[in-house]
Amino acid sequence: MVPSDSTVGSGLPRRSRPTTLGPGAGVEYVEGWGMSTGARSRVWRPRSPGEVAEALVGARDRGASVALRGSGCSYGDASINREGDVLDVTRMNRILSFDEATGVADCEAGVTIRDLWRHALPRGYWPKVVSGTMFPTLAGAAGMNIHGKNNYKVGTIGDAIQDIDLVLPSGEQVLASREERPDLFHAAIGGFGMLGAITRVRIATKKIHSGEIDVAGISVPNIGAMMEYVDAHTDTADYLVGWVDCFGSGGAAGRGLIHHARYLGPGEDPAPESTLSLAHQALPASILGFPKSEVWRILRLLANEPGMRLLNFTKHQMGKLEQRKGWYRQSHAAFNFLLDFVPNWKFAYGRRPGTGLIQYQVFLPAESAHDGFKEILRRQQQRGLVSYLGVLKRHRPDPFLLTHGLDGWSMAMDFKVSDGRRHDLSSMCDELTRVVLERGGRFYFAKDSVLGPRAVEAMFDRDKLAAFRALKAELDPTEMLQTDLWRRAFGTAGVYTMSA
Amino acid sequence: MNSIDSKGRALVIGASSGMGAALVRQLVREGYSVGGVARRGEALVALAQELASEAGSFMHRAHDVTDAGEAPDVFDELVSELGGLDLFIYAAGVMPDVGPEEYDTEKDLAMIDVNLGGCVTWTNLAARLFHTQRGGTIVGIGSIAGDRGRKGAPVYGATKAALATYFESLRNRLAERRVKVVTVKPGMIETPMTAHLDGLMMPVSAERAAADILKAARGRLFDVRHVPLRWLPVSLIIRAIPSFLFRRMSI
Repeated sequence: MVPSDSTVGSGLPRRSRPTTLGPGAGVEYVEGWGMSTGARSRVWRPRSPGEVAEALVGARDRGASVALRGSGCSYGDASINREGDVLDVTRMNRILSFDEATGVADCEAGVTIRDLWRHALPRGYWPKVVSGTMFPTLAGAAGMNIHGKNNYKVGTIGDAIQDIDLVLPSGEQVLASREERPDLFHAAIGGFGMLGAITRVRIATKKIHSGEIDVAGISVPNIGAMMEYVDAHTDTADYLVGWVDCFGSGGAAGRGLIHHARYLGPGEDPAPESTLSLAHQALPASILGFPKSEVWRILRLLANEPGMRLLNFTKHQMGKLEQRKGWYRQSHAAFNFLLDFVPNWKFAYGRRPGTGLIQYQVFLPAESAHDGFKEILRRQQQRGLVSYLGVLKRHRPDPFLLTHGLDGWSMAMDFKVSDGRRHDLSSMCDELTRVVLERGGRFYFAKDSVLGPRAVEAMFDRDKLAAFRALKAELDPTEMLQTDLWRRAFGTAGVYTMSA
Repeated sequence: MNSIDSKGRALVIGASSGMGAALVRQLVREGYSVGGVARRGEALVALAQELASEAGSFMHRAHDVTDAGEAPDVFDELVSELGGLDLFIYAAGVMPDVGPEEYDTEKDLAMIDVNLGGCVTWTNLAARLFHTQRGGTIVGIGSIAGDRGRKGAPVYGATKAALATYFESLRNRLAERRVKVVTVKPGMIETPMTAHLDGLMMPVSAERAAADILKAARGRLFDVRHVPLRWLPVSLIIRAIPSFLFRRMSI
């Protein structure tokens, strides 16, 4: 304690509030969404592009490295920087304008997909591309060039973006679009924050005629049947996504449930003014009678091999029942944001930092996908490290420099990370990564926790990778923009995989 | 993340004297790595010399808790040096003499700045780190002085009452994140802060208080812990006295 002293009234200074930008928040533990990796960093939360520039120039002057971060929804180490600071754009979250005639929204970097759809929906629009969770920021989504369950049809989010503002590492603010600095536009989208901080995103949304969407569940006995169904419907379906029970083996390998959805046309919804309301989009507050905020505690009891085998089996059987009910209508939010139904469901995988889950999403070209997925499912079953959740999607190529998009398929798999499994898991990912690369496949930085530099060399076109590196060297010669992901996957280690 | 190699890492604000210094001594003797912050650098240096041969380690920064602009830097430096943080204790506080007819706004605001403003500034830093790392213990020092509005110390009591509510909110907010927040309510402790008061009721030494505080920080029984514990029944009685009687008493 400070001793009492008689001059306290005049002797103690009044509290001084910080007047400069300052990180303000001090040091905090910054982790990936999957929680399996994280580090303590100073976190800066600028409120304007000017403050972003100030923060970047300040970091450069101090010789500090900076990782750019949105909502931290990337599963791995894409927004973690154990060797420096983190710049979090979530405070810049205003929708600057929304054109009700065209559905084009001009948004600050930290506007989330949630902010965007809640603004657009009552005006009769829905974002063209959304992820399975509504919390990513648009800057983060652009930096990762995210896709949705309609990637085969509308491309990635980059395809919906018209132009972006960036603050370069020099502090210079530039606009990039397909006409203005197209090289930068196509590199920064999907450039995982390595070229500059995206501070504004102008993005197109889609006109909708109802707040609901037609959905059908189609139960399939194996991966072959699933891919066959999806391929037969890519022309007509607006969304196609397959849930895969990774425990199914032999002839049942890749069994699961497809969700096939299509937008409603004008007049199909008898009361669009009511379904196009935010109230109609609310996700359920309870699940099977349990308050949803506590449901993860129940899932936790099942987050083990037999529990997940049972849960997946049950879900597959319920899928068969769902198919019987035919087409049904669901709100856009309920259909799209499955990951948000159970808040903090990831805690079922463990709450201690360093444990949790990794997502391992593999992208395979159309010709080798079927065989590749079967091989990947077989090998994880053989090792007894089976993914607790599998999701299959159809993709298409896009013009962005370091894109994961290709004419093919992806399977996203969630693997539990615990102290006991860590070593076996990384050796399995190393093996599976070779399976993918041998077949001309790719990976996706928003999900990645395991890639090493040799995998990056192998999965991207040599010229495109060189062009990206050249742009990085030009715009950020001191490599101020860094993340753990950058050092891991673009470093010098001669390995295919290394754990984040 | 977790203390595997070290015994633990603690940060004590107001480390130069009184309960703060006693807490530092005890933690360092137990083998903790301890960071200490106080206004008077020379007192910290002396404390560091005294503790040089103990099991743990002590690193320190001179800092005025009313300087909210500087606090994040000091926090960052110390936490980096400690290699993380498991325990945070805000023990800085002032209680200047206030005369029965005195309404000195300047003095009162300065008290609010140290006892409340400084505490919120610093505890927020620790709370944010603990929230994000889903673990840690925060010890807040309230006081029995916050239980009732006494004639003698209107603003001192008010700052401690405010802290009690602040810590309770943090406790509830951080429970989900597995962060423990303990409110300690010292009775009358023999420290430099209380040296000018005569007739301390049931006084105990700062060392004894520090031992009790650490016990409370590690225990599971109390969210709010009177130090020493015998103040708990006294406090309950004092809180139950109706206002019209209380104003005629001086307890």
